[in-house]
Amino acid sequence: MGVYLSPSPNEHAPIGPHTIRHFTLTNGIRVVVQENHTSPSAVICGHLWAGNVSDPPEKVGLADFTAAAVRRGSTTRTYQEINELVESVGASVFFDAGRRLTRFGGKSLAEDLTLLVDVLADLLLHPSFPPQEIEKLRGQALTHLKELEDDTRHLADREFRRLLYQDHPYGWPVEGTLESIPLIQRNDLVTFYQTHYRPEGAVIVVTGDVSAETVAELLEKHLGSWRGDPSYAAVAAEMPPVSAPQDARRSVRVLSNKTQVDIVFGTVGLPRTAPDFYAARVADTILGHMGLMGRLGDTVRDQLGLAYYVYSTLEAGLGPGPWSVSAGVAPEHVEQAIDAITAEIVRMRDQLVSEQELEDAQDYLTGTLPLRLETNEGITATLLNMELYGLGDDYIIRYPSIIRSVTRDEIQAVVRKYLDVERFALAVAGPYQM
Amino acid sequence: MISHLETVEFCLSNGLKVLVRPVHSAPVATCWVWYRVGSRNEIPGRTGISHWVEHMMFKGTPAFPKGSIMRLINKNGGQINGFTSEDYTAYFETLPADRIDLALRIEADRMANSVFDPAEVEAERTVIISERQGNENFPEFLLNEEVVALAFRAHPYRHQVIGWKEDLRRITRDELWTHYRTYYGPHNAVLVVVGDISPPAVQKRVEELFSAIPAGDPPPPVIASEPPQMSERRVVVRRPGTAQYFLAAFHVPEARHPDSFPLLVLEAVLSGASPMSMTGGATATHRSARLYRVLVETDLAVRAGCDYSFNLDPGLFLFSATVRDGRSLAEVEAAMWKQIELLQHEPVSVEELQKAQKQARAQFAYALESVTNQGFWLGLMEMVDTYKSFESLLDKLAAVTPADVQRVAQTYLTETNRTVGWFVPTDHREA
Repeated sequence: MGVYLSPSPNEHAPIGPHTIRHFTLTNGIRVVVQENHTSPSAVICGHLWAGNVSDPPEKVGLADFTAAAVRRGSTTRTYQEINELVESVGASVFFDAGRRLTRFGGKSLAEDLTLLVDVLADLLLHPSFPPQEIEKLRGQALTHLKELEDDTRHLADREFRRLLYQDHPYGWPVEGTLESIPLIQRNDLVTFYQTHYRPEGAVIVVTGDVSAETVAELLEKHLGSWRGDPSYAAVAAEMPPVSAPQDARRSVRVLSNKTQVDIVFGTVGLPRTAPDFYAARVADTILGHMGLMGRLGDTVRDQLGLAYYVYSTLEAGLGPGPWSVSAGVAPEHVEQAIDAITAEIVRMRDQLVSEQELEDAQDYLTGTLPLRLETNEGITATLLNMELYGLGDDYIIRYPSIIRSVTRDEIQAVVRKYLDVERFALAVAGPYQM
Repeated sequence: MISHLETVEFCLSNGLKVLVRPVHSAPVATCWVWYRVGSRNEIPGRTGISHWVEHMMFKGTPAFPKGSIMRLINKNGGQINGFTSEDYTAYFETLPADRIDLALRIEADRMANSVFDPAEVEAERTVIISERQGNENFPEFLLNEEVVALAFRAHPYRHQVIGWKEDLRRITRDELWTHYRTYYGPHNAVLVVVGDISPPAVQKRVEELFSAIPAGDPPPPVIASEPPQMSERRVVVRRPGTAQYFLAAFHVPEARHPDSFPLLVLEAVLSGASPMSMTGGATATHRSARLYRVLVETDLAVRAGCDYSFNLDPGLFLFSATVRDGRSLAEVEAAMWKQIELLQHEPVSVEELQKAQKQARAQFAYALESVTNQGFWLGLMEMVDTYKSFESLLDKLAAVTPADVQRVAQTYLTETNRTVGWFVPTDHREA
């Protein structure tokens, strides 16, 4: 019944094996380039195997602190000089630590990509860890951590993760704690850098108004000879196994001066590479995304008027991330909201979703692909994930059929397998006493 | 880069203004409807009503029953949202380009046929109060609300878009309905379509879908204007918390005023050219700008910046900072004033000006990557001035001189024109 208003529905070739270019630098760094000449900009993003899980337990936050410190100057350029150099052309560079990986990259006009690569490589290879910059960062981190102690949404998230993973590294706060940040010395940062910042396993993706060959040459010139410190063996972080909660774990953080209560409820989900990942993605879409926040939005927000926001999150990464539901509710509605959330999970566990719901969710997940690939950032993020999880260059082309193959039974099975309403973690933060 | 892109403009006989811009870089398109109504149009006792009407616009029509609008857009691979500001209320859908007709049908329908079911109004009352309570959990919101309310005495910009909680408890279904009937209609709206579309095909379809919607009466004008401020105003918000926050507001002219572009450059010199992205992927270029250097680099603050936004009526130029633990609000405030004095006494260098202009050029290019951003900027500029200002933005910035920047700093960033707010945590002990 729609009217076609588009002159060229098939003119845009999908991103696939014929458009994605691969290169390997002398030191083994894998480079992926997607040319995109529709806008005069370029985006670069890469990852290294340096993450929060490698933090010493008493110095949690070290990976995050190291990433911020690497950004603070090289042996030949101060932090201020780097900022001036990069920002005077409207570009940006970043280093961000996550749970397993540190990502780095930036954005610039395509005409300034050489400058961007020069600066990124300089920081990656020759960070100087200036003591005065480290103290500035420490002060900023501590003020930020104090602000977070006053942020109900953050406190609910952090407490949820801690309850769920207990002592496992997946439960550690990436940003560290008020206790750990003061303990981190310059020497810890340098050692973490020497141990974990290395070319082995690194990937770099570039998307934009560039020529693939030129980008490969540029990266080879600046990064190809990087060897990493040979006196530090590459340490692959061995992850202890993660187990789902075997009981109901609850925590309440009372902040009586606040007006809204934030809730996070959930359990341990699955890694991105699990065979039932796609069934879980579709299930999560139906539960907490589709339309106005899925079935959860329909009941908890729309029918019951209990919350401004309620949605589910399936965080599937290298390891099993949480599968959770978050909501912001008035203090007098906390129990009602939790009951309504669990009732929706039980309904997905006990009854098949309707054929219509499945089809709608599949249409949504496959249909939004062009939107996700509209900008250079969107393309870069997708290509980086394809590399990380070994999805193959034809992944974007195969994706619709993968999503279409998910069945109602598989959805019920994945909900039954993971979303347990008897064994879970529940964190509440705000003006509320349990 | 924008010169070769053209915006087709036309107007229907019922008053609906339409802007169509073909962009073929990706197979996507965006549809926006902008209504000239926001918190600016609200009277005491009915604050927050425009935002509440925005929520009701997702509750359905007879043709698109409750729940179906968002579901249909999602099912067709699209994103949908709406937001309310002081000056306007905007709705958009971004879809694969071959599905954009669905967005046009939805927007045409809900322009006239939204259902304001009393039960839905009541359910939404709790949701909106909950939204406000979520905001209140943040000290920065509380401080901003106090400072803005103090800065304006007569103009409705004094209250927040979300409205006062007392009004949210009281507003009735009929008041919401009247607000909708008064401000929603082709006579008070602008439709923007950007993307991989053919303008003649869009024009034909817009005429089919929107022409029959009757024009309403012109909405009542906003007649209040803010008297000049005669002396500094100050407020200290003392509440439980863990950090100290600084906020200062100076009255500045509206977007249409010739000084708005020098003010934009002033903002860039102080805290970097603002990212022009409303959809993420923002690129911050503030670390080499003046406020970061004198406040963050010196360990006085952990965040510092300023903000100038285009408004329909004279608005505010804001300076904000989060004080570093162990330092004081007084120190941060003194450092801010010193920077302002510097701008008033010495013109910015040509290099600094060129840097601000190059940053703006880059931010502009980044913003153009997304059709959603283009629709946003065309519509926003049409609301507060004219969409043509978006197309000539870089030229206007390039025309700004160091003397212009110095003059606007001298004219507007004065002691008598400022309202200063401190957020002091009640359990805070001075260092």
